[in-house]
Amino acid sequence: MLPEQDLCFAAAFAPALLDPTRLAPSIVTGPNGKAAGKRYDVYRNNVTVSLIDALAAIYPAVQRITGPDFFRAMARFHIRQTPPASSLLFDYGRDFPEFIAAYEYARPHPWLADVARIERAWLDAYHARDAAPLVPARLAAVAPDRLGDLVFTPHPAAAVVRSPFSAMTIFAANRETTPVERIDASTPEDALITRAEFDVVVRHLPPGGAVFAIHLMSGRPLGEAAASALEASPDFDIASNIAGLIEAGAFTSISLGEA
Amino acid sequence: MSAKLAVTTLVLAGAMSTALATFAAASPLTKAEADAAVAAKKEKCFGVALKGQNDCAAGPGTTCQGTSTTDFQGNAWKFVQGGTCASIELPGGKKGSLKPV
Amino acid sequence: MTTAIGLGPSTLTPLRFPPPVGGVAGTSFKHEHLNAILADGPQAGFFEVHAENYMGAGGPPHRALEAIRRDHPLSLHGVCMSIGGPQPLDKAHLARFRGLVARYQPALVSEHLAWSTHETSFFNDLLPLPYTEATLACVCDHIDQVQEAIRRPILLENPSAYLAFRESSMSETDFIRIVTERTGCGLLLDVNNVFVSATNHGFSALEYLADFPLSRVGEIHLAGHAEQSDDDGDLLLIDSHDGPVADAVWKLFEIVVQHRGPVPTLIEWDSKIPDWLVLQAEAAAAQVILDRYRPSMLTGDRRAA
Repeated sequence: MLPEQDLCFAAAFAPALLDPTRLAPSIVTGPNGKAAGKRYDVYRNNVTVSLIDALAAIYPAVQRITGPDFFRAMARFHIRQTPPASSLLFDYGRDFPEFIAAYEYARPHPWLADVARIERAWLDAYHARDAAPLVPARLAAVAPDRLGDLVFTPHPAAAVVRSPFSAMTIFAANRETTPVERIDASTPEDALITRAEFDVVVRHLPPGGAVFAIHLMSGRPLGEAAASALEASPDFDIASNIAGLIEAGAFTSISLGEA
Repeated sequence: MSAKLAVTTLVLAGAMSTALATFAAASPLTKAEADAAVAAKKEKCFGVALKGQNDCAAGPGTTCQGTSTTDFQGNAWKFVQGGTCASIELPGGKKGSLKPV
Repeated sequence: MTTAIGLGPSTLTPLRFPPPVGGVAGTSFKHEHLNAILADGPQAGFFEVHAENYMGAGGPPHRALEAIRRDHPLSLHGVCMSIGGPQPLDKAHLARFRGLVARYQPALVSEHLAWSTHETSFFNDLLPLPYTEATLACVCDHIDQVQEAIRRPILLENPSAYLAFRESSMSETDFIRIVTERTGCGLLLDVNNVFVSATNHGFSALEYLADFPLSRVGEIHLAGHAEQSDDDGDLLLIDSHDGPVADAVWKLFEIVVQHRGPVPTLIEWDSKIPDWLVLQAEAAAAQVILDRYRPSMLTGDRRAA
């Protein structure tokens, strides 16, 4: 094998790609000894713009809310701090909601990070493994006295995002191109994201519904999930929540846990 | 059993049969009706659960090309107003301006 | 528009063995064109996709690709293998790539002479490498690994470059020729990249093509480029894939086809994507040139008719 120093070009080339304050690496040149500054900038620009564009594609509602100038500045800081670790771009930006939550100029919009969380869950659902949702008939076959022990397997695309703000309404209004009416951001909202078949669907969960869904999706038995939901929200309706989760395709199968 | 388990078998059984009745009531669609419903849902892109919640954005793709848009140097924290944030309000009348606080 | 179409997994027929793809023009497959393409029905051309965009577990991307693949030859074009980088190939990425080749049985499989990952950062750009004995050994080793994994040769694409490395000790064409000899890989000749690099480095595109091992070329890429300037105010071309193929590139393409004979030729259009009809028209223009150099024993009857 050849000496390692002969292969150190990438280590010299890479660091300035995401840092415009650094000079172009000295190992590169234009033709006939011409300067390579603007030439190296082409790569810096390609990297930066393509990654900002990637975040804009994952978070279109966030971009619409902030406007492109604000979004691109915010995204630029994020990609410099946290470049992708995977070559699968649709996996990028998992840390972006946290970044937004801490971003100085987004502070007047405490709901913005939750909108981003819904958008991230939306794309995860889009690319998730395909699976047939649970058919209601399976539930009908369970003996009534075993229902409390029933355990549900979550669908690969299913996720819940909880927000102390109206994040779902804001998300919904900004994934469209139609004008955004006035929105009161102060109502807490929980969103259920699923893709039972072709289309990602985001649903509003009723009071107690998120606690119920999160418990079931983490493998807690039905009796325990229902009790926790009732504790969180006394007017929680077990029947409509079971029906809603099944209809949304939040699960793939059921099993009976330890009695 | 956990003290928290306040939901009796009877309550659960009742809830389950109500839930299943929801599907029984919804099911007698003919094949044609079901297909039409699916088609209508696709027409609206993602359909039914909450209107207008998304625009079919498919997320980012890889590139094998350069870009002719120059946008790599910015270092300023931007707080210009450009988006829809002005129509999103929190109580106290404070609109969502993107000015520094 | 939606990429969801009325073909669920239950209606899938087994994918056919890759149909042979001859001297036909193809286009990049963009999901926004899916409905228009399906409405047109099966066509003569092939479609090329970036492998990485189909490395998700499921969902609409795979359904769209299955719909396209059912009636057309597919070209699987990897952009993130980082073959030109010094660090070992990402085994998980290689496994995903192998999985896609097995699943979709593409007629063509290609990757780039470039790198995009350093340590743990993925830069989403095709970055350049110096041409030395050390990088040559590394690239050959990486191509061997890819070809071993997918059990078939790949086509390696020549890059578009904006700068050069002081340490380079051989020409790009020499480097590429030795790679094909050592690994048995074929080549994807991007004619626009040749034109862009030649302009940016002040060499002759024709001389480059004269030195290029044309007999190994199994696919050609054509694309549009943009114009900027370097530190001295001289023209610097950007390989932007955001417009029609330039006249000069069409001329070079015809010269290549004249020497090589017709091979599958892709119109790459990845930014400011036009309507399907515009893309189709660009592919038709390439097809006219390909047909002009079709061996006469195959086309004699058709021409006479």
